[in-house]
Amino acid sequence: MATVAVTDDTFKAEVLESDVPVLVDFWATWCGPCRMVAPILEELSDEYEGKIKIAKLDTDANQATTMAYGITSIPTLNVYSGGELVKSVIGARPKRALQEEIEAVLAPSA
Amino acid sequence: MTDQPTNTTGEATVHDIVIVGSGPAGYTAAVYAARAGLAPVVIAGSVTAGGALMNTTEVENFPGFPAGIQGPDLMEAMREQAERFGARVLWDDAEQVELTGDIKTVVTGGGETFKARAVILATGSAYRELGLPEEKQLSGRGVSWCATCDGFFFRDQHIAVVGGGDSAMEEATFLTRFASKVTIVHRRDSLRASKIMADRAQADPKIEFAWNSEVVGISGEDKVTGLTLRDTVTGEERRLDTTGLFVAIGHDPRTDLVKGQVDLDDEGYILVEGRSTRTNLRGVFACGDAVDHTYRQAITAAGSGCAAALDAQTYLTEVADAEGEKELAGTPSVPHPDGLPAALDSVAG
Repeated sequence: MATVAVTDDTFKAEVLESDVPVLVDFWATWCGPCRMVAPILEELSDEYEGKIKIAKLDTDANQATTMAYGITSIPTLNVYSGGELVKSVIGARPKRALQEEIEAVLAPSA
Repeated sequence: MTDQPTNTTGEATVHDIVIVGSGPAGYTAAVYAARAGLAPVVIAGSVTAGGALMNTTEVENFPGFPAGIQGPDLMEAMREQAERFGARVLWDDAEQVELTGDIKTVVTGGGETFKARAVILATGSAYRELGLPEEKQLSGRGVSWCATCDGFFFRDQHIAVVGGGDSAMEEATFLTRFASKVTIVHRRDSLRASKIMADRAQADPKIEFAWNSEVVGISGEDKVTGLTLRDTVTGEERRLDTTGLFVAIGHDPRTDLVKGQVDLDDEGYILVEGRSTRTNLRGVFACGDAVDHTYRQAITAAGSGCAAALDAQTYLTEVADAEGEKELAGTPSVPHPDGLPAALDSVAG
């Protein structure tokens, strides 16, 4: 499964009301480190298919959600579970580090 | 030497060249080595791939791009150019190296081991930090090292930029697009920046200067709310209300990986022989910001990357001649028929 693009309009339905945890990548076109982490997230979306949804929110086009979560640095990778923000990873990370973060989120419910 | 090249797949393969790093130096070395038929492996880095230019916007001084080019686009084009001639680019970090001896080893964070006759070090530099305890905790919560990434989120706010060099002036000037006010905090009473950059910042109505000041504290629980500045002359402390702190106090060469094997100077830069890229170890070459105290430009890094590939090629030829195995030094590769890399198409168009 590929990553899903979410917007201010779809954030509630796609993220907060999702049955599975959602990792949201707050990114922008002008952000170099966001480009680095993008292919990693695509891979992770396949590897964790059905367990966690990976969504991308363009901060430039969706400022309401961006401001609501106080994003001041991108990429910020927020994980939401049951409508709650449960984890926030700021800055690009290697794939292994992100796998560990996702495993940590999935562990209690597994 | 006892190790014979096996040219099989898997860990036993001995490559001609492994390049560590993927800024302009690493990718240029890869282009040259690949065109020489040496099929280089580039350990590009997991989050540092593309190097310092990934954190920039418009690059206006790289020759060949009269209208300028976005830093990340330039790096993507360099990568495509290297791959077109057979370079293999790996999104992983070099975590361990063994550089002495004829066959060198590079181990990645993912646990892969690469063996090579020659290694080119193009590890670049890393942002220098202030060294304050709150810095890490508030990183991404008001403290930033990337104005081009994060400036946007400080619209109509007061931002502080620490530093007195070109990068501080550039960041401050860039941040005026968003901020209501930018205060440049500098330890001295004059700038280290080049005249053009300093003039531009000093003429900007949105930029103020806090001279002879250093940041000794950052306040805020989960968001920066202000800074404590200390006057470097009188020792007096004062508060600066600001929601953003951009740190631009310079870079340090990223050479911890090779410390103890490759000779470094007092500041941690890799030492090379004269105008060459040869290090103290046979078959190990260094280029880019990891070597360069002085210029530190994309184009000088690219130039030194080219020199490193040529030096490595010469070395491999000598080794091959000595062993009577001339094919080791590679045969020129034929460019891939698919014309220009896509990223260059968009630039040219």
